[in-house]
Amino acid sequence: MTAAVVLIPLLPLAGWAVLGAWGGRWPARVVGTVACATVIAAFGAAVAVLRGLAAMPPESRLVTVDVYRWIAAGPVVIPFRLLADPLSAAMALVVAGVGALIHVYSAGYMAGDRGFARYFAYLNLFMAAMLLLVLAGNLAVMFIGWEGVGLCSYLLIAFWFERPAAARAGVKAFIVTRLGDVGFLLGIFAVFGVFGTLDFTTITREAAQRLALGAAVPTAIALLLFLGAVGKSAQLPLYVWLPDAMEGPTPVSALIHAATMVTAGVYMIVRLHAVYLRAPLALDVVAVTGAVTAIFAAAAALVESDLKRVLAYSTISQLGYMFLAVGVAAWSAGMFHLTTHAFFKALLFLAAGAVMHALGGETDMRRMGGGLGRRLPRTAAAFAIGALALAGVPPLAGFFSKEQILGETFASGHAALWAVGLLTAGVTAFYITRAHVLTFGPAAAPRGDAGAVPHDPPGIMLWPTAALAALTVAGGAIGTLEIQGPLGRWLRPVVDAGVAQPVPGTASASAAAMGTAYWLPLAAGLAVSVAGLILGWLVYARGTVRGAAPALGTLLARRFYVEAFYDAAVVSPVRTIAAWSAVFDRRVIDRAVTGVADGLGRGGAALRRLQSGYLRHYAAFVLVGAILILAYWIWRP
Amino acid sequence: MSVPAAYYLSLSALLFTLGAAGVLVRRSALIVFMSVELMLNAVNLTLVTFARLRGAVDGQVLVFFVLVVAAAEVVVGLAIIVDVFRSRETVDIDDADLLRG
Repeated sequence: MTAAVVLIPLLPLAGWAVLGAWGGRWPARVVGTVACATVIAAFGAAVAVLRGLAAMPPESRLVTVDVYRWIAAGPVVIPFRLLADPLSAAMALVVAGVGALIHVYSAGYMAGDRGFARYFAYLNLFMAAMLLLVLAGNLAVMFIGWEGVGLCSYLLIAFWFERPAAARAGVKAFIVTRLGDVGFLLGIFAVFGVFGTLDFTTITREAAQRLALGAAVPTAIALLLFLGAVGKSAQLPLYVWLPDAMEGPTPVSALIHAATMVTAGVYMIVRLHAVYLRAPLALDVVAVTGAVTAIFAAAAALVESDLKRVLAYSTISQLGYMFLAVGVAAWSAGMFHLTTHAFFKALLFLAAGAVMHALGGETDMRRMGGGLGRRLPRTAAAFAIGALALAGVPPLAGFFSKEQILGETFASGHAALWAVGLLTAGVTAFYITRAHVLTFGPAAAPRGDAGAVPHDPPGIMLWPTAALAALTVAGGAIGTLEIQGPLGRWLRPVVDAGVAQPVPGTASASAAAMGTAYWLPLAAGLAVSVAGLILGWLVYARGTVRGAAPALGTLLARRFYVEAFYDAAVVSPVRTIAAWSAVFDRRVIDRAVTGVADGLGRGGAALRRLQSGYLRHYAAFVLVGAILILAYWIWRP
Repeated sequence: MSVPAAYYLSLSALLFTLGAAGVLVRRSALIVFMSVELMLNAVNLTLVTFARLRGAVDGQVLVFFVLVVAAAEVVVGLAIIVDVFRSRETVDIDDADLLRG
C-alpha cells in the first residue's frame, strides 16, 4: 500500500529521467512505449491504492507515507509526506487515467515530430508533478507539485518554441500564474504561522480550534490560497493565459489545460475545506468568482472563431462551475464536476486534435465545415458526445454533475448565483452547438487547401478517444444526481472531517431542505440546456435567427476589455519601465562594462607595439635593463 | 712587474661594448653571433682578472665552465642559423620577425 502510494508519482518521474537522458537516441516506438508504460503503471498503482482504501473501514481510510525528513530546522520539521485518502486517491485515479489515455493518443498525434522524445519527457514530468500535487501530505510538498505542473505547462505550451506565438504564450502562462502563486505562497506562510505545521490532516483536525469563525485570519488565509487557485485555474481576473495556452500541442491542451492542472485550484480548496469553512466570506468570494467567471467565459466562447480557443473558454467557464460548487461548500459536487469535466473536455480536445490532424493544423472554424462530419464520422460522433455532455444533456456525465452543482447552489440559498449558473448552462449549450455545427456542419465553407482528403485519425488516436467517450457516457454513475451519491459517500470521510457542526448558509446545513425543492432546479437546468441546444441549432445550422446586436458582439469579441485593461494597467507601465531600464542598461551599465574592456584593449594594443619581432630591439631592451639595474646598484642610496 | 688590473678591465669593457654594439647594429646572424661570443669572452677576461687580483682560482675555474658551455652553445646556435638559412635562403635577422605582435 505505501509502496503503491510512492510509486504513483515516482514511475512517471523515472520515465522523465530515462527519456530525458536517452530518449533522443531511441526510436520513436520505444519512447512512446516507455512514456505510456510509466503512466499506465501509475494508473495501476492508483487503482491498487483505491482498492486498498476501499477495503478499510470508512473512518480509517487514511494512509500517510513519510518518504524522508525533508526540512529539519530546529522546531520546524517538514517531512516529505504523501497522503492517500479517498479524495487524493480518487483524484489520482482521474489524473492517471485521463493522463494514460492522452499519452497513448499523443503517441499518434505527435508521430514524426522532431521533438518526440522531448515531448514525452515533459509529459511524463508533468504527470509526476501533478500526481505529487494530488498525493501531497502537506502544503510544502503540494507546492512542489504546484510549481512543477506550472513549469511543465510552460514547457509544453512553448513546445514549438520556433513559433513566436507559442513562446510568448508559454511565458504569459508562466508569469500570470506566478501572480497567483505569490498569494498561494503567502497563504502557506500564514497557515504555518497559525498552525505551526503544514500537514493536511493536522490542519483539518485543528482548524475549528485555531481559527475563529469568520475572523480576519482565516479569511485572509483562505483568500490568499484562493488567489493561487485563481491563477492556476484561470479564473477572473487571471484567466488570460489559458486561451493563449492553446498554442501548445492539442493533447497537452487536453491533459494540462482541461483535465488536470487547471483543476488543481479546485482540488486544493477541497483539500483545505476545513480552513474555508471557517471563513464564510472567503467562500462567498470563491462562489461569486466562480459564477461570474462561468458566465463571462461562456459569453467569450460565443464569439470565438478558433475551435481550440472555444474549448479553452469553455474550460474556464466549467472551472467557474467547480468554484461555484466549492464556494457553496458542495465539495463532492465540485469534485464530481471536476471528474466528469476531465472526461468530456479531454474528449472534446482529442476530437478537436483529430480535426486538426486531418486538416493539417487548421483551428479556425470558419474554414472548416464543408461536410467534415461525413469525412470524419467517428471524430464528429466523439465531439458530439462531448458537446452534449458539456451542454448537460442526460444521461451523459456532464448532466449529473452540472445539475448537482446547480441543485446545491439553489439549496444553499444563493438564488442569484444559481440564476447565473442556469444562464451559463444555456449559453454553454448554445456555444458548443455552434462549435459543432461550424466544425462538422453541412454548410459548404471554402476550404483553403485542396490537399489530401481529410479522414479519421489512426487507431492509436481513436481508441483513447473512444475510451473517453465511454467514460463521458457512463461517468455520471459515479456521482448520480444526489450529493450523497456514490462519489459523495466515498468522499464523506474527507469532506466531513472539517465540519464540526453545519455552517449556516452552506449546502450541508440545508441538506434537509432539499427534498421536493431539488426537482425545481433540475427541471430548470435541463430546460435551459435543451433550449440553448435548440437555439444554437436554429441559428447556425438552419440560419433562421440572425446574430445578436453588433455592439454586444464587439463587447464579447474584446472579452469585455479585460485584456485591454491588462494592457493599459500592467503591460504598458511595465513596458515603459522596461524601456527606461534598457536605456539605463545601455548608457550606464553597458558603457561601464565596455569601457573597461575597451581600456584593456587599448592598453594591449599599445603594449603590442613593443613586440616588434626584431632581435635587435629585444637585445636593446636587455641592455637598457641591465644598465638600469647596474645604475641602481651603483647609485643606490 | 705586472700589468695593472685596470688595463685588463678597460680592455674587457671595450670588448664588451664592441660586442654589444655588434649585436645591436649588425644584420647578419653570423656577425651577431660572433658579437655575442665577444661579449662572453670580455666577461671571461674580467673573471680571470679579478681571480688574479684576489689570488684565488675560483674565477678561473668559472671561466672554464663558461668556455665549455659557450662551445656547446655555439654548436646549437650555428645549427639554428644553418637551419634558418636553409628555410629562408638568408641569415638577415631583420627578416626573422615572426614574433611581431
